[in-house]
Amino acid sequence: MQFPTITSPHTSRPNSVQKAMLWVILALIPGTLAMIWFFGWGILINMVLAITTAIACEALVMKLRGREIKPVIMDLSAILTAMLFAVAVPPLLPWWLTVLGVAFAILLVKQAYGGLGYNVFNPAMAAYVLLLISYPVQMTSWLPPMMLNENPMGLLQTLNVIFGGALPGSLTWDAVTMATPLDTMRTGLSLNQTVSEISSNPILGQFGGKGWEVVAGLYLLGGGFMLYKKAISWHIPVSTLGGLAVMALLFNILDGDAYPLSSFHIFSGAAMLGAFFIATDPVSAPGTRKGQIYYGAGIGILVYIIRTWGGYPDAIAFSVLLMNMAAPTIEFFTRPRTFGHRGSGND
Amino acid sequence: MSKFYTEDNNQIRKLWTFSGGIHIPDNKAQSLTRPAGKAEMPQRLVIPLQQHIGAPNEPLVAVGDKVLKGQMIGQSQGFVSAPVHASTSGTVVDIGDHPVAHPSALPGPCIVIEPDKEDKWADLPPPMEYYATWDKRDIRNRIRESGIVGMGGASFPTSVKLSPPEGQQDIQSLIINGAECEPFITSDDVLMQNHAERIINGAAIMNYLLDAKECLIAIEDNKPEAIEVMKKAVAATEKLDNAHVVVIPTLYPSGSEKQLIYILTGKEVPQGGLPSQVGVVVQNVSTAAAVSDAVLEGKPLISRLVTLTGEGIKEPQNLEVLLGTQVEELVPQVGGYTNQASKLIMGGPMMGFSMRSDAIPVGKANNCVLVPSLDEIPNPENISACIRCLRCVDACPMGLVPQNMYWHVQSKALDKAKENNLFDCVECGCCSHVCPSRIPLVQFFRSAKAANLQLDRDQQKKERARERAEARNERLEKIAAEKKAKMEAKKAAMKKKKEAAAALKKEQEEQAAAKPAADTNEESTGSEGQDG
Repeated sequence: MQFPTITSPHTSRPNSVQKAMLWVILALIPGTLAMIWFFGWGILINMVLAITTAIACEALVMKLRGREIKPVIMDLSAILTAMLFAVAVPPLLPWWLTVLGVAFAILLVKQAYGGLGYNVFNPAMAAYVLLLISYPVQMTSWLPPMMLNENPMGLLQTLNVIFGGALPGSLTWDAVTMATPLDTMRTGLSLNQTVSEISSNPILGQFGGKGWEVVAGLYLLGGGFMLYKKAISWHIPVSTLGGLAVMALLFNILDGDAYPLSSFHIFSGAAMLGAFFIATDPVSAPGTRKGQIYYGAGIGILVYIIRTWGGYPDAIAFSVLLMNMAAPTIEFFTRPRTFGHRGSGND
Repeated sequence: MSKFYTEDNNQIRKLWTFSGGIHIPDNKAQSLTRPAGKAEMPQRLVIPLQQHIGAPNEPLVAVGDKVLKGQMIGQSQGFVSAPVHASTSGTVVDIGDHPVAHPSALPGPCIVIEPDKEDKWADLPPPMEYYATWDKRDIRNRIRESGIVGMGGASFPTSVKLSPPEGQQDIQSLIINGAECEPFITSDDVLMQNHAERIINGAAIMNYLLDAKECLIAIEDNKPEAIEVMKKAVAATEKLDNAHVVVIPTLYPSGSEKQLIYILTGKEVPQGGLPSQVGVVVQNVSTAAAVSDAVLEGKPLISRLVTLTGEGIKEPQNLEVLLGTQVEELVPQVGGYTNQASKLIMGGPMMGFSMRSDAIPVGKANNCVLVPSLDEIPNPENISACIRCLRCVDACPMGLVPQNMYWHVQSKALDKAKENNLFDCVECGCCSHVCPSRIPLVQFFRSAKAANLQLDRDQQKKERARERAEARNERLEKIAAEKKAKMEAKKAAMKKKKEAAAALKKEQEEQAAAKPAADTNEESTGSEGQDG
């Protein structure tokens, strides 16, 4: 009898890229729903717009490269990039900025380097930074959370703002937007207010900002789900949050009036999203477990430094990109010791 | 790499955990549903001459010769080698290349025997029942002459392993490997359940040869019956009082030599080194049984237990098979193929290799014939790009970074791959198994190793050619120099002669002139002095 020959191991493979991406997407959903709940339809519209753009861009590149389109779309990585971008940008961002950002992420940051697995930088964060630097006003126009919002907008009104740029009725941008909790803290501290004085501001909640802290909590939950499903390992999220928390703790001990608590830092801004969903992108992180700990800690420390003394209220994107640059070097210096080799390697 | 503890005869024994490894469904139940049997006398025996790692064997018989069961038919003079024997009596009908169970699928030299069905034994060497009264050299020689090799898959000559090199003869632990960590395979399990005494006897003989401080029989905890039987056998025997049955957790590849040594002793075999360097020798349970047969009964290695399993086989079972029996003759004895049969794998799923045809003889190291269905083992899927997810790094039992090795191999940077310790890869297949991009990493590493060895060989060839060319140039130069020197010497001699002649002539002329003057005489002796 004749048989086909294949190479060992002969096993049914338990993992797939698609499955890994799918777990991350599923884990992202509760936090995303909370974002829509607190910040309105804009988040959902951005997400649909971003995903559509991402798929279109991937399809375009695959067509240009003469490759099959479906398997590349179905690895879900572009969709995940689009989703991460959409939850990171303000809800009323003009449509063309979302399109520009996602197109930049997919076409230049990802595909120009060779596609999935070859990108040096995290695509979603590179796009975020491009827009933040180029369009600082639009990129920092955040809405107040639902419970503080005096002018909630419906779906049609939101569509009108995003695609037409027209606010409903006599509303002005100043009336619609509100500083984020991180902004509030930053401004307050620069006016020599103490942390406890600033905390009485209605925008601040238990740990971070009202609404924001719930979203962060749900991202944490999603992170736990990914750890359980082994879609990510603990190394990067724990070290990222750890780096941020330890920095905050040290300075808080030093001067509790001038430096807010660790919990504020962890539950504010994009810290939780960044630690579990963005920094964990394996492609642009170092390829050793030990290296990932240094990488995560670096991100956490940089976030604290930029938030506290830098020019921007939040810094996940900058920190991730900076550490992306350091990843190959970190990897080089943290290569594991091969079994049976003594005294060489770094273990 | 952490430590943990296990119970050993109501005592606590410390064990170590190597980093990496994978948990996979062991699929061992199906071949254990029927008791082990004995394969029928085959129509034809195809006995590969090369069933060991080392120097190739030369046939000792010719076509047409009658051979007896247990008669040596192939041998080599090399130290690292093992002879082969006729598995039954019959006639040699062919000596030539036939397909053999080798991953290259290249045919190898074989001796084909037509059995006469009489199964008549040759004169066997005397049993060494009281082996402790024999010289160790004689026992080692017996094991060598019996053609015993590592039967767990490595097929390294056992007698060599039992002769540790100078300076490595202080053996702390003799490990009898009954881990059998590959899925589907149950031949060692069955052997332990049914032939514990042979294993213990073999272990005792090897223990005597090595003078080991302890003998550890390691069995994975998914084989409770074997553990029970082996424990009883150890308790009952008087030959082996330093033996312990050590139950180790089921984790692939615990049965790999280096990993097993680490689990039991916490010692790491240095890169490129031998286990005896850390005072350990590992032997498979089947090998131990073969040693027992050879030493206590004088019987060479001519048969072994083979697991025939998978959903592609109607009645999966273990069979005692004469070496050289072809798979196509074995399969009908276990009910034949089902219509789900999709592949033919010699060995287990992790490290076995798939064969195109079932006209393949069973050799000394073939513990399993696996014919899976597509449900059990699907065909490979499309490869996607590496996303550097580190799953392969987490799974590698050797502490390698397969994703980086793959990167270098893919870009043909073999030297870089080598720097990343490519040659430490034991090809266990864990990385390929866990890869979400379905990259056949192990296959890349295998071919890279082969390419590297080829490169080394080419390099050596070049080196040799260069050396030869240099030697030739030197030789030619030397010859030329010698020639020149000779020529010069000749010339000088000629000149001297000429001058001597001239001087003589002059002298004669002067003498003839008969008017010698003191100053001209002085001049001529002076010039003569210069020439001399």
